[in-house]
Order: sequence, then structure tokens, then C-alpha cells
Amino acid sequence: MKDPKALLGVLRDAIGLGVTALSGAGDDAVLSVEQASIRRALEVLKAQGFNVLVDLTCVDYLGYGKDERPAPPSHPYLPQRWASPPKPPHRFKLVYRLLDLDAASGLERGRITVALWVFDERGGPSVRDLWPNADWLEREVWDLFGIGFTGRGDLRRILLYPEFVGHPLRKDYPIDRRQPLIGPKEAPRPEEGGDLRPAP
Amino acid sequence: MKKSFLLNMGPSHPAMHGVIRLVLELDGERVLGAEAEIGYLHRGFEKQAENDVWNNVIPYTDRLNYVSPLLNNVGYCLAVEKLMKLELPERCQVLRTIACELSRITDHLTCVGASAMELGAFTPFLYLMKAREELYFCIDRLTGARVTTSYTRIGGVKADMPPDFPERVVAAFRVLRESVKDTEALLTRNRIFVDRLKGVGVLDKETALAYGVTGPLLRSAGVPYDVRRARPYLVYDRLDFEVPVGTTGDNLDRYLVRLAEIEQSLRIVEQCFDRLPPGPVAVPDAQLLDAGLMADLGKRGKTGHIFDARAGTDPVLEGSGEAEKPLIAADQPDSVLPPKEEVYNSIEGLMRHFEIVMPSRGIVPPPGEAYAAVEGGNGELGFHVVSDGRSRPWRVRVRPPCFFNMAVLHKLLVGSTVADVVATFGSINMIAGELDR
Amino acid sequence: MSSFWVDALWSAVKVLGAVGFGMGLAGILSWVERKQSALLQDRIGANRADILGYRLLGLFHMLADPIKLLVKEDFVPPQGQRFWHDLAPGLSLACATLCLAALPFGDSFELFGRSWSLRPLPMGAGVVFVLASLSVGVHGIAMAGWSSASAYSLLGGLRGAAQMISYEVAMLSILAAPLFLYGTLDLAEAVRWQARTLWGFLPAWGLLLQPLAFLLFLTAGAAETKRAPFDLPEGEAEIVGYFVEYSGMKFAMFMTTDFVESVVLAGLTTALFLGGWHLPGLGLLGLPQPLFALAGVGVFAAKVVAVLWLLMQIRWTLPRFRYDQLLALGWKGLLPLSLLNFAATAWVVWGWTR
Repeated sequence: MKDPKALLGVLRDAIGLGVTALSGAGDDAVLSVEQASIRRALEVLKAQGFNVLVDLTCVDYLGYGKDERPAPPSHPYLPQRWASPPKPPHRFKLVYRLLDLDAASGLERGRITVALWVFDERGGPSVRDLWPNADWLEREVWDLFGIGFTGRGDLRRILLYPEFVGHPLRKDYPIDRRQPLIGPKEAPRPEEGGDLRPAP
Repeated sequence: MKKSFLLNMGPSHPAMHGVIRLVLELDGERVLGAEAEIGYLHRGFEKQAENDVWNNVIPYTDRLNYVSPLLNNVGYCLAVEKLMKLELPERCQVLRTIACELSRITDHLTCVGASAMELGAFTPFLYLMKAREELYFCIDRLTGARVTTSYTRIGGVKADMPPDFPERVVAAFRVLRESVKDTEALLTRNRIFVDRLKGVGVLDKETALAYGVTGPLLRSAGVPYDVRRARPYLVYDRLDFEVPVGTTGDNLDRYLVRLAEIEQSLRIVEQCFDRLPPGPVAVPDAQLLDAGLMADLGKRGKTGHIFDARAGTDPVLEGSGEAEKPLIAADQPDSVLPPKEEVYNSIEGLMRHFEIVMPSRGIVPPPGEAYAAVEGGNGELGFHVVSDGRSRPWRVRVRPPCFFNMAVLHKLLVGSTVADVVATFGSINMIAGELDR
Repeated sequence: MSSFWVDALWSAVKVLGAVGFGMGLAGILSWVERKQSALLQDRIGANRADILGYRLLGLFHMLADPIKLLVKEDFVPPQGQRFWHDLAPGLSLACATLCLAALPFGDSFELFGRSWSLRPLPMGAGVVFVLASLSVGVHGIAMAGWSSASAYSLLGGLRGAAQMISYEVAMLSILAAPLFLYGTLDLAEAVRWQARTLWGFLPAWGLLLQPLAFLLFLTAGAAETKRAPFDLPEGEAEIVGYFVEYSGMKFAMFMTTDFVESVVLAGLTTALFLGGWHLPGLGLLGLPQPLFALAGVGVFAAKVVAVLWLLMQIRWTLPRFRYDQLLALGWKGLLPLSLLNFAATAWVVWGWTR
């Protein structure tokens, strides 16, 4: 079992104060990393043996903790109301979930989650050369959140159609927004040189 | 100079596995490259989950992997319960395990049946569909619906199982074992079938791990990774089952692994029935009243009649009496529905019931985030939930196993023929609901 | 009446009878397919079509389906070529029906002082005629594939053509052995050769004398007529085949071709391996000659139906071959085996006749 504190030590050696915090314990430990050192941190973690990128996702914290409704008076029989959570440092948080899997025994040697706070669309460096499934995962983050990834070409939508306007999982995208209508298109004809491949 | 041409296996195509588009670059019949275009069934699950209370997200999870809905239900609820640090009673956990395994069996039956049919073996498909019908009947008895089950609730399950459920399931398993035996007789040593699948769509361990592939695809490649073994949840650490592992990672291994997993799931369910904690214990001196009648009397103000009565709830309707409630839900008053005696007898119970059920209220987990993974039909199905302390989720992220299986598809297809594309694609068990959410 | 008109009338009767037999069986086959598959798969099968409330086990579907297909729109893809698109199913069906002419339905019999043959077209080399007609049928497939302007149907058409051509070679090579044994290319003569008995009680059918050739021939014939498990060119649920752009009656003609070719294959198998119209104990009934010959027709029909039943069973049991495995089976499996069989047969015959 990989100890998160040991990993924190290794990362501190590699990138110094680029890793800002460690929270959680055991399999749910989360290392927060700065945008400038995320690539190095992930390379170090891959070298430490984390061979599987389980998930790469994003959370939009716009408006987090702002409760528009006043809190009702607490009552012994009503669901508890919680105090407002702390305000997050930036708007977007990229979450990289890594797993160290022993291929021979099928047991997990450790899990770690790396959280990267980004404040705009510049996102982070692409890691698709470290873990190939990051290709599709980064395209999905771009598609739904608008967070870009540098160091890779071919950043296009994956779940939504190319003419979609906006990035729907952002908190400022209302759930009932209507998209502009697009009419039917001529199907590309391969025999006349048309390209069947999905458009960027 | 070889000129390749592009063939479009478009979103609507006869190979029945949901909407997806494959653009194949062909040289005659050989596939030189493939690209998948997904997203045709994107319905905005994650956005919708931010717009509805925590318990109301559960019907949306049904529609994710729609051939194994109970697994999605359980996965989501486990994540939220982890966030809320709820402890589930033993009977509830065993019921959830039974539900998970029944769903897993239906998932594998559908996959094997559909891919057999695509290869031209029409009869085994129908045998497996007959077996699946028996299971759907059982699931219907347990949850109230065949496919859109919504069985779990945060903090428990919807209701206890009906009293004749174990016998019904045992009878269904008899039919199932026979159908699977017939299918194996028709397919497993059938030279034509084996030739179609052997050596096709080979996925090696390194590629599988690099792409984050889990589930039967990874196990057929030789890595015995099963979330039920590696990170046990519910009662899996106390059950005795094997994890079938393949060797070469080709289509045939995937077929064999899935068939073996069906048998293991049957074993798990039988063990669960053995170790099921006893059902609700009747309070001897309380009068048994039908819950609807109790509600009626309560509305008419005749609370004296219902003060000492025990609510007789139908086992498959939502909500429970005081006797059943400790068995099926966690002991957390503000997160699970109160028993009917309290609801109809006291104002506090009524208030609590409505606070949990009303769409603008609902249960409220503490701020924070949690990730829980279950072993879905296709691999590690993870749910990452973020809460801000309000009645609606802040973010629900599904880690869909099909997504990663599809991401590696283009590597499996290179070098095969067009006929193999259908076989390989069928063996991946792509479910569009889970892939696109 | 002059002999010419009698001959012409009798030929017309035979031709109509043969075509009626072929088409009728093809129609019944469509019903059998549904019901037999339903029996195998533990379900009921099509049973809804009824006339005046009588369902008759779903037999009226044989009537309902052609009516439905006749009233459908005749659709030719906009980039396709209409002439070839229309011609292809007709050509396929014509060639398949033509093969029926060579099948020996019964023995010749004497009546009113002249001999009446029960073959629609008496010819000295029936086998060659059947195989040649099937070869021309390949054109229909290729035409269908080319004229529907679709990559899928093109691939399917080429696949189908290549498959049929390979298995024609295999078929002829397989038939070399039994024909060598019978010493004739004439189907009626082959049947008469099988009418003798071995060791007093066993009929000298090709099934017993040439078991390997029988199995190989059924396999090659099923592949030639693109029946399962060799129906890759038309594998509908999988990789759509050459008739994806066909609808209505033209599609029905392709399906009928499938069934008529099955009847032809069954007829050929019966004639060459199952003794044709010959039944060991039929002579004991002591029927007069003409009735005996007509009873032979009944025996032939029964045997054809038995072979068709077997083909149907195989269809619903086995999955499909992949294309390269299919061709490998034909060229690397059936062809060498048939040559070995021929060599063995020749050696045995030489040893026997010494």
C-alpha cells in the first residue's frame, strides 16, 4: 500500500512547494498541486508506479458555498443544515485519479488523487503520452468545461456535436438553454474527396 | 500505391449495441485504422444531477448502463453514503449485493447473446434471452420494475424483498443454468464460433492497463483485477467466489470470462440467500394494520386506533414499517424515510417524511467530496460526488467503464477484417447509455 | 395427335410442374424457416396471418408476405444504375429456376405405346447443366453489388461472387467421385444406377457408397447457395450484404432465389446421393407402371423435403463463417479432400472390376 505521506515526500523532493497540500487518508488521499508543476508531478507519480489513470475530470466551483436561501432554523427532526463550506481557491479543479495496479496479482498497490486548481481555460499540460486514455478524457473535459490542454493537437469535442455553442457543465451555463438550430448537412462523399472523419 | 477508402459504420447500423459511429479505413477487407465517434446518446446526466435532489438522481442512474441498472444505483448510493458516513445494516447490504449480482448476470447474458446473434448464431441468443426474462421477472418482483429499477435509496434500499423471493430466484436460476448450458453446448466448442473469435481483437495487458481498461476486458487479458476483490464493498469480503481470468485477451477469452462470471454470480447470490439476516420481527402485542388504512384513519383524526398498531406495508412498496426499517436502512433519521407508524402517528414523523421527499428539500450531506467504485458489468464503475452542504449535488461524475473500453477499440481493430469488427465490437459490450451518459 | 404436339404439351406440363414444385417448395420453405426456427428457439413463430379467422399455423403468411412485398415502393438508390439494379434479381431467379429443369423427378414410363420421361428437360449431362446455371447466377450477385451505389453492397457483392466461384470449383471436384462411380453425367442414369442393391438388402445409394462426398457436397452446396453457415454475403445483422438497397418484390426475388437454389441443391443431393425416386420396397406394392413412376415423384419430393429440413436445422444451429475462413475451407479443405476421395474411389473401383 502506497503511503500518501511518503508520496508527498517524494513529490516535495521533486517539485518542492509545487505540491501544496495533502488531504484525506489512505485511498482517498488528495494531493493538491500547482499548475506550473503538474506535469512534473504526474511524471514522478507515474515513475513511482501509478500505471493506470482511472479518471480525469473537472469540477466547477463557481458559486460554491453561496447559499441564496437563508438557513431555516434547525429543528431536531429536520435534516441538518451545514455551515457554509470554505471558498475554493480557484474556479476549476482538475482531478486526476491514479491507481497502482499490480498486473500479476490484480491487487491495488495504492490509489492517489491529484487535484489541480485552474482559474481559466488554459488548463494544464496534456498527459496523453503518459497514459493514452487521457486523450479521450481531456477531450471530454474540453467539451464539457472548456478547459484546454496544452501540448496536444486535436482538441475537439467528443460527446457533443461540433456546432454546439458553449460548455454545458459550467455553472454559468443554465440547464435550460436552447442551442441554435443547425440544418441538415450534405453527407461528405468519399468518392469526391469528402472526409468521413468526425469534424473538429 | 495502395489507396485506402473510408467506410462508415454509422450511428444507425444493424449490429445492435446502441448508437455509435465507427469510421473504418479499409484496404479491401482489412482495417488499417478506426476512429470512433461517440456522444450520440449524451443526455446530460451530470448536468441533470446538479439540478435535482440527492435521492432523485437515482432514477437517472438507472439509465446509465441500462442493462445492469442496479449496479449504477448501488454505485451512486455508496458514494453518497461514503460522503455522509452512513452505516448500512447487514440485511440491506446483502439485499444490495443480491441486486448487484442479478444485474451483472443480465448484463453478461445480453452481451453474450447479442454478440452470438451478430455472428449468425440466432438460437443461443434466444436461449439467453429466455434466461434473462426469468431474471427480469425476479428483479420486477424485488424492485417493481424490470429495467428502470431505482432500487436503492441513500441510506438503504427502497423496501425489503417479498417473502417468496428466494424460491423464485432459485427457480429462475434452474432455468438460467439450463439455458446457459445449452448455449455453451452450441457455442463453446463449436469450431466455427471459436474460429470467428479466437485470435481476434487481442488486447494485451500493457495496453489494457495504459488505457485504464477494467472488468472482463482486463481480466481476459490476464490481470485478475476485480473491484469486488481489490476494494471490497458491501458483503463481498465475506463471500466465496472466483474471479475468472483469461490468457490471451482475444474475443474468445472475453466470451469465456463472461460465461464464467455468470456462474460465479449465481454462486454469490446463493450464498447471500444463505447468509441473509432474519427478516422483520413482529411485535407480539401490536395490532397489524394495513399502512393505507393507517393513513386513512390518521387523516380522519382517529389516532387512537393507530397509536398501538403496527403498520403492515407491502414488502415491495416504498417505505417500511417500524419492524422492517432497521433492516433496510441506515440509522440516520434525517437521511432515510421514517417508518410509517411515525409518519402517520406523529407530526414530527410527517414533517421528516416530507422534508426528505419534497423536491426542494431532501437529504443534505455535509460539504466535501467522495469517490466510490463498484464492479460494473464492464469494469470499475466509479462515482465522484461533490457536495456543498445543500440539498442538491454540486457535481456527480460517473467514471464509465465503457468509455475506456471504447477508447482502446481502435487498437483492437487494426489488422482485422470488416467481419471481425462486428465480432470485436460486440465483445466489448459497449452500452451507449454508460458511454455517453 | 402428332408426336410433336404431344411432346410439346407433355414438356409444358412437366415444366409447369417443375416450376410449381420449385416455387411452391420455396414458398413453403419460408414458412418452414419461421416455424422450424421457432421450434428450435423455444418460441411460437409467426402465427398472426389469418383468413376469416382461420390461422392455419401461420401458413397464410406465405400469402401475406408476397402481397406486402409487391405493394412496397420500388426504390433504386439515386446514384445506382436502374437497369442493372432491376436485372440482377431477375437474372438470379431465372438461373435458379432453370436448374430445376434438369432434376430427375421420376422414372420414365411406358403408356400408350410411347415412353414418357419425368424429367422436365431430358438431357445427357444434367449435372453440368445445373452447375453452369448456378455459375451464371453469379452475375446476378455481382450486378446487385455494383448497381447499388453503396460501399457495403459492393463489398458484399464481391464477397458473394468470390464465394460462389470458389465453391463451384469445389462442387465439381466433389462430384467427380460419385459420377465416376455411376459412370454417367446423366442424372436419371445416376438414379437408375443407385437402384441396385448391395448384398441383397442395402440400396446402393450414394450416401452409403460415397459418404465423404455426401458430406462435402452438402457443405459445398450450402456455401454455393449462400445458406447458413455460409451466408456472410447476406449476413444481415452483421455486415450488410449485397441486397441492402433492395426493397419490395426485387428483394423477395432474391429471397426466393435463395430458397429455389436450396431446392435445387436438395434435388441434386437426392438424385446423386439418396437414390432419387427409388425406394427399396416400393416395387412390392405392385403398382402399374405409370402409377409407379408417379409414386417415384412422391418419393423424390419426400427426400428433397428431408434434405431441406436438414439444411434448415444446420442454419439455425451454427454461427456464420468469416469470409477468409470460408474461402480457406473451400480451397484448402474441401478441394483436397474431394481429390483424395476421388483417388480412393478410383482405386476401389479399379480393384473391384479386376
